[in-house]
Amino acid sequence: MAKTAKNGRNTLPPREILFPLLETMQLIRAFEEKSGQMYGLRKIGGFCHLYTGQEAVATGAISVLDLSRDYVLTAYRDHGHALACGMEPAPLMAELFGKLTGSSRGKGGSMHFFSAEKHLLGGNGIVGAQIPIATGVALAQAYEDSGGATLCFFGDGAFHQGALHESFNLAKIWNLPIVYIVENNQWGMGTSWKKVSAQSDFVATAAAYSMKGLVCDGMDVLNVRDVVGEAVEEARKGNPVFVEARTYRYKGHSMSDPQKYRSRDEVDEYRRRDPIVFLRSRMEEAGLIGEEDWEAIVQRTEGLVEEAVRFAETSPEPSLGELYADILA
Amino acid sequence: MAELTYREALNRALDEEMARDPKVFLMGEEVGEYDGAYKVSKGLLGKYGARRVRDTPISELGFTGLGVGAALAGLRPVVEWMTHNFALLALDQVVNNAAKMRQMSGGQLKVPIVFRGPNGPAEFLAAQHSQALASYWAHVPGLKVVAPATPADAYGLLKSAIRDDNPVVVLESEMMYAWKGEVPEEEFLVPLGKARLAREGRDLSLVTFSKPIKAVMEAAELLRAKGIEADVVDLRSIRPLDEESLYASVRKTGRCVVVDESWPVASVGSHVAWLVSHNCFDLLDAPVELVSGEDVPMPYNHSLELAAQPSADKILGAARRVLYREDI
Repeated sequence: MAKTAKNGRNTLPPREILFPLLETMQLIRAFEEKSGQMYGLRKIGGFCHLYTGQEAVATGAISVLDLSRDYVLTAYRDHGHALACGMEPAPLMAELFGKLTGSSRGKGGSMHFFSAEKHLLGGNGIVGAQIPIATGVALAQAYEDSGGATLCFFGDGAFHQGALHESFNLAKIWNLPIVYIVENNQWGMGTSWKKVSAQSDFVATAAAYSMKGLVCDGMDVLNVRDVVGEAVEEARKGNPVFVEARTYRYKGHSMSDPQKYRSRDEVDEYRRRDPIVFLRSRMEEAGLIGEEDWEAIVQRTEGLVEEAVRFAETSPEPSLGELYADILA
Repeated sequence: MAELTYREALNRALDEEMARDPKVFLMGEEVGEYDGAYKVSKGLLGKYGARRVRDTPISELGFTGLGVGAALAGLRPVVEWMTHNFALLALDQVVNNAAKMRQMSGGQLKVPIVFRGPNGPAEFLAAQHSQALASYWAHVPGLKVVAPATPADAYGLLKSAIRDDNPVVVLESEMMYAWKGEVPEEEFLVPLGKARLAREGRDLSLVTFSKPIKAVMEAAELLRAKGIEADVVDLRSIRPLDEESLYASVRKTGRCVVVDESWPVASVGSHVAWLVSHNCFDLLDAPVELVSGEDVPMPYNHSLELAAQPSADKILGAARRVLYREDI
């Protein structure tokens, strides 16, 4: 049942598609590297799960959406998805700093980025628990006949939660417009997915729920875009789809992870297939990008991130009166 | 005034709210074709169709979570749990998601959803089907919790719960579904967060919620025969709790017995007893008494299961202690 959508590797989409993809991925990279630094300086506390290495998945998948009617939900490794949805870096960095100007007014932190306006419904901290919620958002879309679809991201660690299997079943029996994307970065915290999964081919499970299953190369933003684009079109017709994006995270599970469970060689092997370098080199081969264009992207994204840090640093702490605010509507 | 059963009152509330607002829909096991495991949704499938009355698989975690998502996206789901015992499978979706989304998003989102179904012991159902779980929900900031004890309150509180922009847990009871009571024919709402004075008296306060109201009212009648007038406070709303009405009663009587069918440890009853002890210390003429369910899993045998629950007799015993009267 599983298949990889035709990518058309030799033909590239037009510049107006390619440049935003490259710039979004680079913005995520710059934001995450800065987040790591700021964590080291103790400006950011708690759990901080970086998205470095996986940029192509959120960027490519979200690029096919119409966020005036579509929705995105993800787990706690959510910085990349928030930026790909178009949230500004400054309130996100302020949220990491716990400031009042943060996207959740300092109440959520790294794991809980939300934007009602951009239709990002978290930033969810319990493994797999966002999967039923996302399915319910798709239920609302079907109920209202809005034409919208929902993208539900989760990691390979969530694959074994009952919440996923109950949701797959409900999505199928009610023909809900949802695409489930497992970002298989191969490590559920420190446990290899191969050790804990009875099924070595995740998308084969789609067949158990009579759903379509697709695989994409999570290190290739154009392939992600093609496959998820096909999945979203299918979902809009009321056919839920399960997509596996094979990817890799460069950093530990969170900032406090010493990564004793994997080898330096394994990480380096994936770094050689870096999604940003890969897209840039393909654009270079096609004569679509020069050194100056790239430098301009780097300048802009680093500028945005530096400005985000300045904004976060100079923003006020929430007053203690905020403690009881925003709990009930 | 019409006399309705508690079940009919809930049905009327659901029917009226579904007619009033197209975003309200009902979802749960057996709510449609079967007319509800306890017939609360009788006739609604025929009237509103399968889009708005949705039979789910036996998948509590799944469909409860779907309700939360649908509420985030603008609908007003009513999720029926066949019993609160089964809702334990969905605890994560209520506690970690429904109750937290507004706060974690810094006030951007709201979750207008109702979770409802029977709670507490019925008869001959043994340990896994007889639990009174009010404190599981009452413990959690971000939720509202109500426990109507009359058909009129079942009607008025369910309507308010459906219109509220927050997640509201409604505790019903299998034994109460057949209880009858007067319900005004014109539409009305019962506000969340307001207790009901079920009986006026000056000698002691009996404080309870949900099904034990029956044993409490029986005890109040037995006390009356001895010349003792009990003030009976039916809390109705557990979160938010109407502390003012509670203290007003104790201010009048100076003596308080709390009755809760849950287990005694960390229960709504033990919390209410602590609140009264702490906040009415100078007004009390006796230590506050708590009559709870016994601290055991519910046995199947009928004499044993009755012995495990609050009864008029146990309440009278507690009344004797707060009144320092051995003669009643």
